[in-house]
Amino acid sequence: MKLSKEEVDKLAHLARLDFSEAEKEAIVNDMDKILGFVDKINELDLEGVEPLIYLSEERNVLRKDEAQDLVTKDEALKNAPDRDTDFFRVPKVLKREEE
Amino acid sequence: MTQFDTLTEVQENLKNGAFTCAQMIEAFLERIEKHQNLNAFVEVYAHDARSRATVIDAKLKHGTAGKLAGLVVGLKDNIVYRGHKVTAASKMLEGFESLFSATVVERLLEEDAIIIGRLNCDEFAMGSANKFSHYGPVKNPLNLKKVPGGSSGGSAAAVAAGLCHAALGSDTGGSIRQPASFTGTIGFKPTYGRVSRHGLIAFASSFDQIGPFARSLENINLLYETMAGPDDYDNTVSQKEVETVPPEQNEKPRKIAYFKDALTSEHIDKEVKEATFEFIEDLKAKGHTVTGIEFPLLDYLVPIYYILTTAEASSNLARYDGIHFGYRSENAHDLESTYKLSRTEGFGAEVKRRILLGTFVLSSGYYEAYYGKAQKARRLVSDKTKAIFEEYDFILSPTTPHAAFDISAESTDPTKMYLEDIFTVHANITGIPSVSLPLFQNSKKLPFGMQFSANSFQEADLLNFAKNFINK
Repeated sequence: MKLSKEEVDKLAHLARLDFSEAEKEAIVNDMDKILGFVDKINELDLEGVEPLIYLSEERNVLRKDEAQDLVTKDEALKNAPDRDTDFFRVPKVLKREEE
Repeated sequence: MTQFDTLTEVQENLKNGAFTCAQMIEAFLERIEKHQNLNAFVEVYAHDARSRATVIDAKLKHGTAGKLAGLVVGLKDNIVYRGHKVTAASKMLEGFESLFSATVVERLLEEDAIIIGRLNCDEFAMGSANKFSHYGPVKNPLNLKKVPGGSSGGSAAAVAAGLCHAALGSDTGGSIRQPASFTGTIGFKPTYGRVSRHGLIAFASSFDQIGPFARSLENINLLYETMAGPDDYDNTVSQKEVETVPPEQNEKPRKIAYFKDALTSEHIDKEVKEATFEFIEDLKAKGHTVTGIEFPLLDYLVPIYYILTTAEASSNLARYDGIHFGYRSENAHDLESTYKLSRTEGFGAEVKRRILLGTFVLSSGYYEAYYGKAQKARRLVSDKTKAIFEEYDFILSPTTPHAAFDISAESTDPTKMYLEDIFTVHANITGIPSVSLPLFQNSKKLPFGMQFSANSFQEADLLNFAKNFINK
């Protein structure tokens, strides 16, 4: 199956990724090969087969719901790309409408 | 001091005073330094390892040391260790320091293993050659022109080169067993849910499993037994009791199946094929029943694997958004560009390719045709595999279709690379335990492994059976 460039754009947006025009062309070709390869599963008769979603056979493995202080504020902020003493800093989300 | 393949030998030497842990660590650090060209280590914890060695020497003196005292272990760079950096070999996590330790790390430290550093791998464990790493490719210590396999290539190379006694890796579609095959080491993937994944950076959560690399079954068993078992932080872990591996060799005849079509495929190297058939004859001569069986789902395994793992990866990797941790683009100027530019600049090409495929198979209009069908096909494979284990004890195959290939080999077709996983993905699709044993060498002196898989939670039987082929 050959994806169109518009479809690649849509997927890239859903995945929050950007691609250059040259990259998009390579992606269209790669996806064509990969989808041709995985399309094989369409040969299988899957009528009435239950999907296998969880591999674990455990049911309701519960522990006591007890609050624990595992991470301090400083630790939580430690790996932030941008922060002040109390908060994560991000670029402005809402903008004043331009004149 | 660094040459011993089993912990028993190391502990004997520590006990009779031939050397101390501190001296042994110096010898390992020297060896690591000498083998820097392999690019196996991303970071060496020299200071940490030295001070732990001193503590453990004191514990040994007082008779209070844990059962792994003297064992020097490396961690794949996707298993977290409190206060230490971890990046999954990605620019996305450059500089990231973990606030906690993985359950497996906690358990190794509790038994006094020494963690010597973190090991190179494919970015977010996606790859079969260790060429997709932010830190560059790892070289195979047995032939520097060859890949060590992937994604746990650094772990395999470090163990093969004697830079540590053992290493931890993760196996989502063969990422422990394939590099073990390429480097002549033992690589073991336990049953899904036998070992906690808490602290493993997620790739595909219903496939990922942590497991050990070593040069002896003894060390594999020790690590496995130490790591396995219930964990409050991962409720997919089985509550079943962990069986220890019986120490004695068990030669009783067993029933072993192999997939007939897998061994006649054109993708398999001639020498690998011949060695496998010879090995089968040898097993028969020893009294085992070895039967070639039909497995009509063989050609569907890799497609099922790629649909489901990319879907899970696209969801798992959504957390890397440049907000709370990880890489943020300097050019980000609003919320959307923070997400898009950070992810675009932070992830490598293969990771982006898989995220995109995963997004596609989960997208509206295609979900049922790909993701839904692959989940159903996974059920068929699982049921068929369970039926095989009603009749047979083990499934046998070569671990890889050939020995290690050249680092310079360029593949323009991603699906060619994906076929590398043809023998290994079966165990991840079904969750069964599987081990690669270093039994063969080709005419170019490159090793390749034989893979045995058993029914879920039959690790003790599987590792005990392996003793018939590896005598340490």
